[in-house]
Amino acid sequence: MALQSLDIIRRSATTLPEPEARHAYTGQVAKLIDTTKCIGCKACQVACMEWNDLRDTVGTCTGHFENPHDLSEASWTLMRYTEYENPKGDLEWLIRKDGCMHCEDPGCLKACPSPGAIVQYANGIVDFHEENCIGCGYCVTGCPFDIPRISKKDKKAYKCTLCSDRVAVGLEPACVKSCPTGAIVFGTKEDMRRHADERIEDLKSRGFDQAGLYDPAGVAGTHVMYVLHHADQPGLYSGLPEKPRISPMVRLWKGSAKPLALFAMVATAAVGFFHYMGIGPNETDESDEEAARRELEKRP
Amino acid sequence: MSLRKSDAIVRYTAPTRINHWIVAISFVLLALSGLALFHPALFWLTNLFGGGPWTRILHPFIGVFMVAAFIFLWATVHRDNSMQPRDWIWIRKIRDVVENREENLPEVGRYNAGQKLLFLVIVFCLIGLLLSGIVIWRSYFSVFFPIDLIRFSSLLHAFCAFVLICAIIVHIYAALWVKGSIRAMTRGWVSPGWAWKHHRGWFREVTKSVPQK
Repeated sequence: MALQSLDIIRRSATTLPEPEARHAYTGQVAKLIDTTKCIGCKACQVACMEWNDLRDTVGTCTGHFENPHDLSEASWTLMRYTEYENPKGDLEWLIRKDGCMHCEDPGCLKACPSPGAIVQYANGIVDFHEENCIGCGYCVTGCPFDIPRISKKDKKAYKCTLCSDRVAVGLEPACVKSCPTGAIVFGTKEDMRRHADERIEDLKSRGFDQAGLYDPAGVAGTHVMYVLHHADQPGLYSGLPEKPRISPMVRLWKGSAKPLALFAMVATAAVGFFHYMGIGPNETDESDEEAARRELEKRP
Repeated sequence: MSLRKSDAIVRYTAPTRINHWIVAISFVLLALSGLALFHPALFWLTNLFGGGPWTRILHPFIGVFMVAAFIFLWATVHRDNSMQPRDWIWIRKIRDVVENREENLPEVGRYNAGQKLLFLVIVFCLIGLLLSGIVIWRSYFSVFFPIDLIRFSSLLHAFCAFVLICAIIVHIYAALWVKGSIRAMTRGWVSPGWAWKHHRGWFREVTKSVPQK
């Protein structure tokens, strides 16, 4: 895809900077998901299917609201339901719309070996360009949120695009458009943080002392954020990671290991080359043949 | 020296040579396809395999094939590759080795200490590559493993491959450096002088039973 029309600031598996003249001067975007307002209606799941022309295979009912049971190449967002009994003994139904968090420092992009298969736009959206995807699954290895899914049919990686096609023409993502309670809102990241602050203040006044914003610093913040009633325990919400970050193993593998290993390999070959030029080959000459003959003749 | 003399000594039989070159060709294909996915600067190497997806598909199959082929090679040479006390003396005199002063070194059997250590490195790297490679083989096996094991295996796979590639660069260079070695693996034979100079213990052993003219 052409870089100039998409305003890309980062591409996977590239060593040089992207075109940098343009920026998101009006601010980067963010989607704010207010779990305290969510009623679990799944309108967002349906809107996502509709806009993106996705139809997951019809699964089975296990007596649980969560359906489908996991994200897949055809389910880019999924309501996850948790029944939580709080210390007072009351039941709380914690519902979280799961999907790509659009990290400012995306682990998938860091891990991807194929140039331009994963990109980040100036507005902050992290997008997969499947035409460049080779199907290795390194994005799955790199993601701290367990989001990308490799299709069994075409072996390409898929995930939420934050409706980058809609956002590019000034529309809000399909899930935001469909939400009947206003639990999902979209705008500049700054505005969304401000809106979240108001919500948190309101929640605190209603007794949710630990209400807070989920915008984890470990991945330099995300472009999908949550308002949580229990921001001190994000794990309550179907295992939302408390301190997500790109794994140190992935950082090493995709960071310093790459140039150092390449350098060491070239250096090993160079040592050989200069050894040959400096000291030279180890040759067998006629005197060695003569010595071998003499030894054989000595034999009884 | 290209014509085989009547007193030539057989170092590698035809099946062993073919086995070695099957492993060697597989290794080159694996190194090229693996490096293509390791460093962005080398991604163009995927073109040699029909593009990125084909590189991703072929690499693990070639890897399994190479390990299978190596098992036969291992069976042929592993007995002569165990370290002996005199090998450690050889290692300590590494300066004489690199400066071509073989007369100062202890007697060498079929393989010298450098070759033995290289063999060990190859065996350990291949075990590491095979096990970690299965874990990160996304199409078939990755779903069975926890994410942190997959991350660790990705790192281990890269590390073992790095060590192995460096080891093979040394291996190839040694073959170019010690003249007559390449012929041993392409044609199968060495001259008595070569054997006497580089592998005297082996020379004495293989010529023991040969009746003298």
